[in-house]
Parts: sequence; C-alpha cells; structure tokens
Amino acid sequence: MKFGVVVFPGSNCDEDMIYVLQSIMKQEVVKLWHKDTDLQGCDFIVLPGGFSYGDYLRSGAIARFSPIMEKVIDHANNGGYLLGICNGFQILTEAGLLPGALLRNKDQKFICKNTYIKAANADSALTKNLNLDKAYKIPVAHAEGRYFASEAELKTIEENGQVLFRYSDENGNLDDTFNINGSLNNIAGVMNKNKNVFGMMPHPERAADNALANTDGKAIFDSILSYIG
Amino acid sequence: MKFRAEIDIMPLKEILDPQGKAVKLGLVNLGLNQVEDVRIGKHISLELEATDQEEAEGKVETACKKLLANLIMEGYTYKVTAL
Repeated sequence: MKFGVVVFPGSNCDEDMIYVLQSIMKQEVVKLWHKDTDLQGCDFIVLPGGFSYGDYLRSGAIARFSPIMEKVIDHANNGGYLLGICNGFQILTEAGLLPGALLRNKDQKFICKNTYIKAANADSALTKNLNLDKAYKIPVAHAEGRYFASEAELKTIEENGQVLFRYSDENGNLDDTFNINGSLNNIAGVMNKNKNVFGMMPHPERAADNALANTDGKAIFDSILSYIG
Repeated sequence: MKFRAEIDIMPLKEILDPQGKAVKLGLVNLGLNQVEDVRIGKHISLELEATDQEEAEGKVETACKKLLANLIMEGYTYKVTAL
C-alpha cells in the first residue's frame, strides 16, 4: 500500500507520521506538497496535525482550498482512504468530508497530554483490530477539539455507527469527567458514512514507537494494514 | 463600482462560547455585575468590485457561506454599502 502525507504550510506532525508509516509499519510513503495537484498513485492519504495557515479564520478553514485538496476530495469521493489527525481532522470537517465541527476546548486551554480513548466499534479500517473493552493511551495536543454537531446530525452519526473513538478513563469508563475538551458524547474521532474517510483528534503517530515507551497508537496502524493490506 | 462589506460572524446561540464566558467573568470582577451575557465573534471588513448592490451582496453571501463562516457553528450578518 502506498501512503501519501500532505504537507501544508504550518503542518508539524508530517515527519512523525512519515516516520511511523515508513520505519515502523514498513510502508511506501510519499510527501505531497499542498501546491501539488497529483496524488502520485497513493492509496491512502493522510492529513497530518499542525497549524495549517496559522489556524487563521478557523482551524483548517484555509487549508481546504489548497490545490492538492481538490484531488484529495476527489480521491475520497471515489472511495479512496483518507485520514485526518488533529488539524487534519479539522480540515476534513471544514471540507465537508466529515460531519460536525471542532470548537474551542470547553476550558479555553490548549490541552497537551496523554488521554485514553476507546474504540466505539470494530467496523472500520482504524478500529478493526482494536479491543473494544480496552482504553488506549494516545496523546492529544489541541486547542480546538470540542466535537460538535447539530442534534439531528449527532443522532445520524450515532445511528450509523460513525463514531470511531470516545474519550474515557484508563479503565474505559465513558464518564463526562474524562471528556477532556467537552466534546458531545465524548467523541474523539468519527468517520463518514461510506467508512473511507476518518478523523481523530488524538495522535496515534506519537504513540507507535518503542522508544517513546507507549505503543498503543501502533494498534491503529496495524488495524489499517490488516483491514486494507 | 466599489463596495464595502462589514460582516459580523457569531457563534450560534445554542453553542457554548467559553471565551465569552471568561470575558463575562472579567467584567463582573471589574464591578460590572449588570453584565448578563457575553458572546464573542469576528468582524470582517472587505472591499469588492461589483456592478451593483445586488451583485455585491451576492458575492458577500457566497464568501460568508463558503469560507468566512462555518454554518455548523456560526451565523453571519452583513451590511454592504457603495463607496
């Protein structure tokens, strides 16, 4: 499988993502510059975290008009796999490829710490191999991560099983106390109805190398390869 | 003709605005206990070329809908005047 990691001005998790995909997961990876208009035959596109275009106007709002995004949107609409992490997730909601929006955290703070998330279902490329009873320790680093959708949209997302991850405590309890940023229904990640576009605020690429003493995030990459590979 | 648009973008009423909440606390600490509700949005001012008022408003409408506001979380109002 060939992965493409898009680099926007202000992306800062692109190298981490490339490192994990290339050195740990042993996959072919190419960097796709935001001004490019060719996806170079990639099967799986990743929009990494960062502060594309300085987060001006709204996080992700400007990046979605980058030249490469037209091709990325076509790729997704044709059923191609697309994953957005953190700022990448914000870009995907701004582009209308994922439902909802990501608002300023409930307590106004930038949150940078390890959090626990639980897979909401095993019916996706990201969660296929995950243990639904386990809480995975994955770091977050964001100021705008409070998941919001209208009441009707939220109902649809839940009914379709589009929720990927929810914030929990280390034992997997989904109490509101562990809802770090005030997201509706503790939502940390969602996918589209066709299950080929994924977004999540936590950073699995920061928890996939033994050297970091936490490899909980690697389970997500293993899942992707076993689902698609 | 040249027009100027003054655009206000505000978080939707049903959405918690933590920034507004924090500022309200500051205002109360300042002794302004009468302040009841504070919400913070954005003001965008832009100039544009159009043949008439209607066309100018149409362009501003598109700008708001497609980029300046995210309708999932925000609403907008604007005033377009000929320069």
